[in-house]
Amino acid sequence: MIRTILIVLLFVAVAGTGYWGYTEHQDKNAILLQAENNYQRAFHDLNFHVDALHDKIGETLAMNSRNQLSPALAQVWRLTSEAHNDVGQLPLALLPFTKTEQFLSKMGEFSYRTAVRDLDKKPLSDKEYKTLKDLYANASEIQNELRKTESLAQKNNLRWMDVEMALATNKTNEDNTIIDGFKTVDKTVEGYSEVDFGPEVSNMMKMQNRNLSQLKGKEITKEEAKNIAIDFFDLKKNVKITVEKSGKGAKYDAYSLTLYNPDTKGTTYMDLTKKGGYPLWVLYDRNVGKAKISLNDAMFQAEDFLKKHMDSKMEMVSSDQYENIAVFTYARLQDDVRIYPEVVTIKVALDNGDIMGYEGTDFLLAHQDRRIPTFKISEKEARTNLNPKFEVKEVSKALIKNDINEEVFCYEFLGVLGNETYQVFINAENGNEEEVKKLKEAEPSYNEI
Amino acid sequence: MKRNSAYIKGMFCIIALCFGLFAGFGQNNAHAFSNQVIQQGATGEDVVELQSRLQYLGFYTGPIDGVFGWRTYWALRNFQYEFGMKIDGLAGGTTKQKLVKASKYDKAWVNKQIKEGKKFTHYGGVPKSKQSKAGPAKGGGQAAAKPAQVKPAKNIPDGYSQNDINLMANAVYGEARGEPYIGQVAVAAVIINRVADSRFPKTVSGVIFEPRAFTAVADGQIYLTPNQQARKAVMDALNGWDPTGEAIYYFNPDTATSGWIWGRPQIKKIGKHIFCN
Repeated sequence: MIRTILIVLLFVAVAGTGYWGYTEHQDKNAILLQAENNYQRAFHDLNFHVDALHDKIGETLAMNSRNQLSPALAQVWRLTSEAHNDVGQLPLALLPFTKTEQFLSKMGEFSYRTAVRDLDKKPLSDKEYKTLKDLYANASEIQNELRKTESLAQKNNLRWMDVEMALATNKTNEDNTIIDGFKTVDKTVEGYSEVDFGPEVSNMMKMQNRNLSQLKGKEITKEEAKNIAIDFFDLKKNVKITVEKSGKGAKYDAYSLTLYNPDTKGTTYMDLTKKGGYPLWVLYDRNVGKAKISLNDAMFQAEDFLKKHMDSKMEMVSSDQYENIAVFTYARLQDDVRIYPEVVTIKVALDNGDIMGYEGTDFLLAHQDRRIPTFKISEKEARTNLNPKFEVKEVSKALIKNDINEEVFCYEFLGVLGNETYQVFINAENGNEEEVKKLKEAEPSYNEI
Repeated sequence: MKRNSAYIKGMFCIIALCFGLFAGFGQNNAHAFSNQVIQQGATGEDVVELQSRLQYLGFYTGPIDGVFGWRTYWALRNFQYEFGMKIDGLAGGTTKQKLVKASKYDKAWVNKQIKEGKKFTHYGGVPKSKQSKAGPAKGGGQAAAKPAQVKPAKNIPDGYSQNDINLMANAVYGEARGEPYIGQVAVAAVIINRVADSRFPKTVSGVIFEPRAFTAVADGQIYLTPNQQARKAVMDALNGWDPTGEAIYYFNPDTATSGWIWGRPQIKKIGKHIFCN
């Protein structure tokens, strides 16, 4: 009797487990399929957009009239951005596909620059025409390789989930049609990476080429770096300091220091340039209590710090309170001109006014002895280029980097239009509107952060 | 419950009284204002009072949210201009005194409106009942738990939203929970560097959710609730600190499965992660 009951119970248990396993399995398959579908859509979209891109560039080559060229180039720009977006949705992060992505973004930049330009005044140069031709050929290669991959994938019913598994388990060396296809595409682009995109686009790229070789001073040793840090913070010798040298891939050579102060139990992190031993940034990590001093008091602390550690005259350009932390940005001031590329950021604790951080990388990269030219147009003339509804409240002179990364001298107008505050930069040489920036107001709190 | 709230109210009155007394000794008229010079970018109760008083006089038309933003700044300057003071956009001693003399401020009422999450204004000469509209009620008893704190709005670094910050805090917590603080700032900095890099998606969400980019996204750890330190690290990175030397990749040498990542030019090691270009 008991045996029968046991057998029945066992049978029910096995059947139940089986059913449970079966539904779990089905759920898993449904989810895998959904992920696969997302990948497939992105992949086929990518193909479609590259196809369309190729066609569109071809059309621009054949166009002659300016008023058709601009919209066509704008289309190219849109398509590159779509294609780039599709790439971002595919599991390619660990694949060498970066060349293609770079190519897409450069192509987007180039088409955008030429599309927004007044082509009647400044038509496409021969060089730019040649660039377009190169791009056309290039896009055609990419299109061919991608199409090949797509058709193989379709024919053999290849799945992106397998690609993902292969990448996750690092079996990329094994034969995988999709991975191979994308590798080939990237190789193809590599061969074309010499395309001359013109000064406007290469300027954007130059920005990434950041170095600090212009700094004065000699290269320092690890020991000297330690001493600089001790001086910088007025530390006692009981502080534990470790120094690391930056690796070969660093854009600029630096020492990374970690300072542990047993008295305060706080850790300070700091990077010093190898050449000259200038502080790139400092970050002090400790618990900050309730705000006890005001933002205004904190500002004086920050200014004391600047006076102690910097020779240049600095002017505050922004101040913000984040609960118990104050953050100030300062730009260098030379002959009453704000040099916006040369900024430092300072963080102050509002419980006791400690300097919690300093960030001067941008300052060091951009700092140089500048000559301030006499402004060609007067403030009054510059004002005529403003939107008549814009109510000017403050005017100053500034040096900014414009959207093609050139440094331009400008009049800076601060004012309001409706309820919003704007910052408008008018080129002091030709009166062009270089930049219009809507200044952000605080965001209402949606929940407790 | 009722007795409890009466008790809290009583406590409140006493605290408010003490406050009033202290402030009364220091300055004759500036009752609720503390002694601080209020400057642009500040947040807190003094800013709420400043905005309310400026609104009472009709200079300030924006929301009373406790953040000294641009609208408050221009309103204060207009006030200083009209009252023949030095126009510096700072609410110091004289400015506060003149403000207090010229306007009225019903602190209890204003705080109540803020606590209840109502849309309200504080103009002089208009009955209060007409100035308050029921707004979206804030979640349950959460606000009541900390009655003394007014934090209706927030300063956010330029170009980002609170939701971006939340998302990044999730990613940082999921990726670098066990790392030293600087390692967490570094991970946040990599996300920002990627947003700025043309080879990566152009948004915070695009970068974070790019398939296979972050292990925390792949294994779901990104959905853990981040702690305060992760948020702090994100804020530092958003404000410009980049401990990585402008890295766009990082990996854990103990668990990295991809050979390709080892080939990237390495910048430095922070905590367990190696950062590279």
